[in-house]
Amino acid sequence: MTNYIKLIVLGLITLFALIAANFARDLAYLVNALTVALAAGGLFIWVLRNTDEPVPNVDLSGEYMDGVVRAGVIATALWGVVGFLAGTFIAFQLAFPQLNFEWAQGYMNFGRLRPLHTSAVIFAFGGNALIATSFYVVQRTSAARLWGGNLAWFVFWGFQLVIVLAATGYLLGATQSKEYAEPEWYVDWWLTIVWVAYLAVFLGTIVKRKEPHIYVANWFYLSFIITVAMLHVVNNLSIPVSIWGSKSVQVFSGVQDAMTQWWYGHNAVGFFLTAGFLGMMYYFVPKQAERPVFSYKLSIIHFWALIFIYIWAGPHHLHYTALPDWASTLGMVFSIVLWMPSWGGMINGLMTLSGAWDKLRTDPIIRMMVISIGFYGMSTFEGPMMSIRAVNSLSHYTDWTIGHVHSGALGWNGMITFGALYFLVPKLWNKERLYSLSMVSWHFWLATIGIILYAASMWVTGIMEGLMWREVDANGFLVNSFADTVDAKLPMYIVRGLGGVLYVAGGIIMCYNLYMTVRRSPAVEANNSVVPAE
Amino acid sequence: MAKNPKQQKQEPDTTGHEWDGIQEYNNPLPRWWLWIFYATIVWGIWYTIAYPAWPGIKDATSGYLGWSTRANVAQDIAEAEAANAAINEKLASVELASIAGDEELATYATSAGESIFMTWCAQCHGSGAAGAKGYPNLQDDAWLWGGTMEDIHYSVKHGIRNEDDPDARYSEMPAFGELLDEAQVEQVVNYVMSLSPAYEPVDASLVEAGQTVYLDNCAACHGDNGMGDIYQGAPNLADAIWLYGGDYDAVKYTVVNSRFGVMPPMGGAELSEAEIRAVTTYVHQLGGGE
Repeated sequence: MTNYIKLIVLGLITLFALIAANFARDLAYLVNALTVALAAGGLFIWVLRNTDEPVPNVDLSGEYMDGVVRAGVIATALWGVVGFLAGTFIAFQLAFPQLNFEWAQGYMNFGRLRPLHTSAVIFAFGGNALIATSFYVVQRTSAARLWGGNLAWFVFWGFQLVIVLAATGYLLGATQSKEYAEPEWYVDWWLTIVWVAYLAVFLGTIVKRKEPHIYVANWFYLSFIITVAMLHVVNNLSIPVSIWGSKSVQVFSGVQDAMTQWWYGHNAVGFFLTAGFLGMMYYFVPKQAERPVFSYKLSIIHFWALIFIYIWAGPHHLHYTALPDWASTLGMVFSIVLWMPSWGGMINGLMTLSGAWDKLRTDPIIRMMVISIGFYGMSTFEGPMMSIRAVNSLSHYTDWTIGHVHSGALGWNGMITFGALYFLVPKLWNKERLYSLSMVSWHFWLATIGIILYAASMWVTGIMEGLMWREVDANGFLVNSFADTVDAKLPMYIVRGLGGVLYVAGGIIMCYNLYMTVRRSPAVEANNSVVPAE
Repeated sequence: MAKNPKQQKQEPDTTGHEWDGIQEYNNPLPRWWLWIFYATIVWGIWYTIAYPAWPGIKDATSGYLGWSTRANVAQDIAEAEAANAAINEKLASVELASIAGDEELATYATSAGESIFMTWCAQCHGSGAAGAKGYPNLQDDAWLWGGTMEDIHYSVKHGIRNEDDPDARYSEMPAFGELLDEAQVEQVVNYVMSLSPAYEPVDASLVEAGQTVYLDNCAACHGDNGMGDIYQGAPNLADAIWLYGGDYDAVKYTVVNSRFGVMPPMGGAELSEAEIRAVTTYVHQLGGGE
């Protein structure tokens, strides 16, 4: 019966998407409509072929649902490499503008590729990592199979569709021009549906857990899912110009729009890249170290402090703008008070390793996790510092901001995700161990040196251009033109690009290593039955 | 090997829960962490009292320090303007030609002018004023509309071929593609190339016929010898400097289609008289000023 409902829904979606493609007012909308028609039509045929086939009645409730986690792990690794490649390419476009090829104008120039890079790494790489690990962690720590049956698969494939629609839309010029919220209205609506399904799967699994308490990792994952839903909906309130076109108009305007955007933008960092990834850390670090978490009290206090304070810190993105001073002050104060709550996660992560420090010598995965937590601590100190108005007046609009973001993203988010992938693949594919630990070491060093080149070069250019912009002569007149600062940055832009090359190389080595682990590592017996810990 | 003394200490208690093999210690909050957290909160409360912070229904508290970004920047601008008021007034009122003779005034005008140039002019003329295709080099001594202080001042103030300022410098070369046939165009292009020391005509046999075409159509503005005319903004064709390129294709394009370079006026709302004079002084002293 459900198959007939599915067929009707999929058929209607296919039909509507084809009508939309027919009436499409712009190329991005046309391509997106055809993509949707293709996806829904393909799914229609697939469901049709399976309809009225006998279904074996097997009770799976005693087994963890790992297929969707495996798919998420593959997606994370592949989107990661795609995102790193895009980032490295645009880094070189900044150093050598000739790489904005004349034949690819309007598709492959920096302005089109930049959101492709940010969305690919944050949402495609980071988002898949969060969804996959949260599905894995919530099952293990709740001793329950994922709630909702195939709804988890809907979340996975629905999210991939969001990524494809967004990415093709960017290249063809569909954008809301809101940083990290570029996708247009129909992609936003679809993401909202997918995200609510994600919340339902996650929350449903927690509700039916067999453990008496909810593990700390799940607090962080849940706060990430709920808050991102709220941020996404409010920041994307817009009215489509036509249902047959990609363009939409924001509900807010002027400084209200700017404030909403940075409330969203900052908390995308706070809840997507911090809270969500802390959830990852709270499971994979103690598992890999085989040590208890350092302090339960600290995890409670820093969790609540973090989520209560983070949400107010957004105005520090708008110092010295049309934003009223009072809002700017509050953004700065909350950012500085946020310092210790952020560091609570670092302390709990690092101190969990106390008593297991010797593993740093023998286990490159632990090394990755440690350096990840180190970069987390560094960027959560740097962030509050840069939110101070006096510092911000130098750092804002410079490459320092780019360096700050990347030491967090490449160092913290990237490294903890790599650690989690190295942990997960042997478990998920029932392998005794990874194919090659020395490749993990290579990945570790390439990525670490890459990050250092990136962050150091951006500190230099950022502070240099900040100082050049404000340099005045004896009569009080500005000395440098904007072009002078661009010219002065070239050597550091090349260094930054090389850092990116090293980071990509590490990512490719990881993909090879994980692939070979699945293909070649000695197998062990499958062990994914649901067993409560107590 | 001796055991790490830390490992010999008694293990702290756990909370008694376990999830997938993970336990949690019941360690207290690190003291330093807690005290810094408290300190930032206390500092934050003080800061919100000292600076504008707490929003009400209509307004927000302004803080006891009376600090305001808008007031601060207005004050900074007022101070800078007051400090330079006397010299700006002098700069705006003296004879243009006398600025160079007054060392203090010339130094001031040059540094002010450079800053203005970087903001308003460098986009087209380049941050070193070396120009680009279609945008004249201001470092050399070739001037389309004249290179004296007065000439440069007029160009900056009113601009060239724009529709915003009725006093803008204006001239327009006809698109000779509509007036000459193909053979005549080729002849005159070769003749023009023969004038420039930087180029040789592509087909020397056409030069003589080209001269006739030139004298009938071009000499009225560019002069019989191709020396140009600064009163009409007609470029000198007998030097090695080519605004849009001096090779065969570029000259032919110019002859057939004409060119129409526009410069916006900087007078009126954009720059004050003193600022226009400052940037004039800066451009004049770059090397080519007459």
